[in-house]
Amino acid sequence: MELSGDDIFTQFLKDEGVEYIFGYPGGAVLHIYDALFRQDAVKHILVRHEQGATHAADGYARSTGKPGVVLVTSGPGATNAVTGIATAYLDSIPLVVITGQVTSAFIGSDAFQEVDSVGITRPCVKHNFLVKDVKDLAVTLKKAFYVATTGRPGPVVVDIPKDITDPNIKIPYEYPASIELRSYKPVVEVQAPQIETAVDALLSAKRPMIYSGGGSVLSNASNELRTFTRQLGYPITQTLMGLGAYPDPDPLNVGMLGMHGTYEANMAMHDCDVLFAVGARFDDRVTGDLEQFCPNAKVIHIDIDPASISKNVHVDIPIIGDVKQVLVELSNAITASKREPDAKALKSWWKQIKEWSSKDCLRYDRNSALIKPQFVLEKLYEVTGGDAFVTSDVGQHQMFTAQFYKFDEPRRWINSGGLGTMGFGLPAAIGTQLGNPDATVACVTGEASIQMCIQELATAFQYSTPIKVINLNNRYMGMVRQWQEFFYESRYSQSYVEALPDFVKLAEAYGHVGMQIEKPEDVEGALKEAFAMKDRLVFMDFITDQKENVYPMIAAGKGHHEMHERELA
Amino acid sequence: MQHIISLLMENESGALSRVAGLFSARGYNIESLTVAPTEDETLSRMTIVTSGSNEIIEQINKQLDKLIDVVKLIDITANGEHIERELMLIKVQADTSEKREEVKRQADIFKGRILDVTDTTYIIELTGEGSKLDGFIKAMDTKDILETVRSGATGITRGETCLKL
Ligand SMILES: Cc1ncc(C[n+]2csc(CCOP(=O)(O)OP(=O)(O)O)c2C)c(N)n1
Ligand SMILES: [Mg+2]
Repeated sequence: MELSGDDIFTQFLKDEGVEYIFGYPGGAVLHIYDALFRQDAVKHILVRHEQGATHAADGYARSTGKPGVVLVTSGPGATNAVTGIATAYLDSIPLVVITGQVTSAFIGSDAFQEVDSVGITRPCVKHNFLVKDVKDLAVTLKKAFYVATTGRPGPVVVDIPKDITDPNIKIPYEYPASIELRSYKPVVEVQAPQIETAVDALLSAKRPMIYSGGGSVLSNASNELRTFTRQLGYPITQTLMGLGAYPDPDPLNVGMLGMHGTYEANMAMHDCDVLFAVGARFDDRVTGDLEQFCPNAKVIHIDIDPASISKNVHVDIPIIGDVKQVLVELSNAITASKREPDAKALKSWWKQIKEWSSKDCLRYDRNSALIKPQFVLEKLYEVTGGDAFVTSDVGQHQMFTAQFYKFDEPRRWINSGGLGTMGFGLPAAIGTQLGNPDATVACVTGEASIQMCIQELATAFQYSTPIKVINLNNRYMGMVRQWQEFFYESRYSQSYVEALPDFVKLAEAYGHVGMQIEKPEDVEGALKEAFAMKDRLVFMDFITDQKENVYPMIAAGKGHHEMHERELA
Repeated sequence: MQHIISLLMENESGALSRVAGLFSARGYNIESLTVAPTEDETLSRMTIVTSGSNEIIEQINKQLDKLIDVVKLIDITANGEHIERELMLIKVQADTSEKREEVKRQADIFKGRILDVTDTTYIIELTGEGSKLDGFIKAMDTKDILETVRSGATGITRGETCLKL
């Protein structure tokens, strides 16, 4: 088949099985847009800002496990996409981002809409490419998908100069069905001796703790994690990125750990003697002060990325490999060993954990005359039957959602954990809804975050994505305000969100349904009403308690046992 | 501790900036970095001299290995016996007969070669380990040193261990 570069591009996406491409046109990609016009295999989703395209593709990827695909023009198109690329990078999400580039002959001349996209994105991609010859186009795209989706996933940028997609230059095209890179070997053999050592450490534990992260979700290891954890009967805690891989509620699940984790999870981390880390990366929001992190624990760590091992915390037993595969091997090895966990030690460990749990660290004032954000989330959980995909933005509402919406399946909780990107929630919800057309999708946001990508309400209208936006409107950049209250003697510098729009009217202006809810007693009814509107986006503006804080909290740089707790009258 | 890390990478444009970018982004030390083509024209070989605690060196090795363009890597220092060489060209003031004699004498001791002579200057070529080159510089009178240029270290493991595909 003889094709020109622009058609190779669309034909390749079709052959690769790409369903959606999230993008925004411009000069450098006009040939490609013309080719998109001529086909209907790949559906283009027109966003309203390139950041929205990357987040939407990201939400699609997180919720489906398939790579998200983005197309933007050169210069400002590419720079607008950078935030979303970095967001995906920090959470290891597979994206293929195609940036148009000025014509090859102009590169380096400060041409109109020229930026060094490869240079700008280099520190926040898994890899990037500049296509120099149309003959390399298909293979380079294949490499991009391969690199993005294998090993530890991540975003890959392919920068395509305009002349590469010239409709007048035709070359033979054949879909490169598979590819090998001599410099990149993502498949690793698990070392048998490591499995043995790990099993011995696990079964010798008196106070074991399983700490599971986003890697368990990325590796689709949810079933294996459940089998493994239940086989041992050990307590498990999950990171913000890992929620749902192991179900909540569940007797072995002690909740999220870290800065806003539960008291029992953090105390158990601090006191454990064997820490079994699965697909987690010992992020500072999880570990707190490294000097005081799990001071008495032998650390076992499974990760597909060798560079994650012993990066922040010294690991005694590293196991490099795919989480899913390693968990299967460990489960088999435990069974084969004919050994049992130390029942007596485990019993007293659980007794201790139950004691910590009895503190009820997530309690809040249920009699408040103001709407408490926690209450909205509890009701959201009830009304959706715990069965929704929930995206979030960044701030207190994000932490409340992680604490109060119980995820019992992986890929349901979609948030920017690593980069903490405000503006993520709404476009991510659009991508999630497109990837899961029959599912219920909620976007929990704050009045500050939502305004960072509010323009995507138009995209949601165009593609009829019936998302339910839960705006926890506290008229503050709540998370900033909380830090200012705790660490800056309540000097609320620039954290008050003034001149807020009328969100109901705003939603209506974009063609959606808007609601404002001011009283606790109206919360449940409003949610029911909104979720009953199956084919409409409903923007729910909940006027919440302005000064609510997220508890428990470990201040940055403190140990797991040094939590701030809520004091209730 | 100082480590010499050698790597083979795809001879692609931008490969060098990935390595340099990694070091600056993660705050690792680079003492020197050299890169040149190999007998296989698809590969270039890079030698990096860096320093840090054992943990940091381990991370540097892993992070380098993780770069998609890096085909193979070896920590020459950690691998035991190896040969390290660096080239230095140094231009010194040699405008009196005493100075010329002294420079010549030192060059002989350090097994250097005099490459260029003018009425007032000498250029000496020296190869060896970095410490030897440092030694030569120390042996010269600072105010007589007009210019020095060093290649940065390169290295190779002794015996059968090789960095090749
Ligand atoms: C793009 C971006 N800018 C700034 C921040 C810093 N930041 C973190 S949370 C937050 C406030 C968020 O306010 P809001 O969306 O109202 O959520 P709330 O905390 O009130 O629930 C800010 C400014 C960020 N995470 N992302
Ligand atoms: Mg707010």
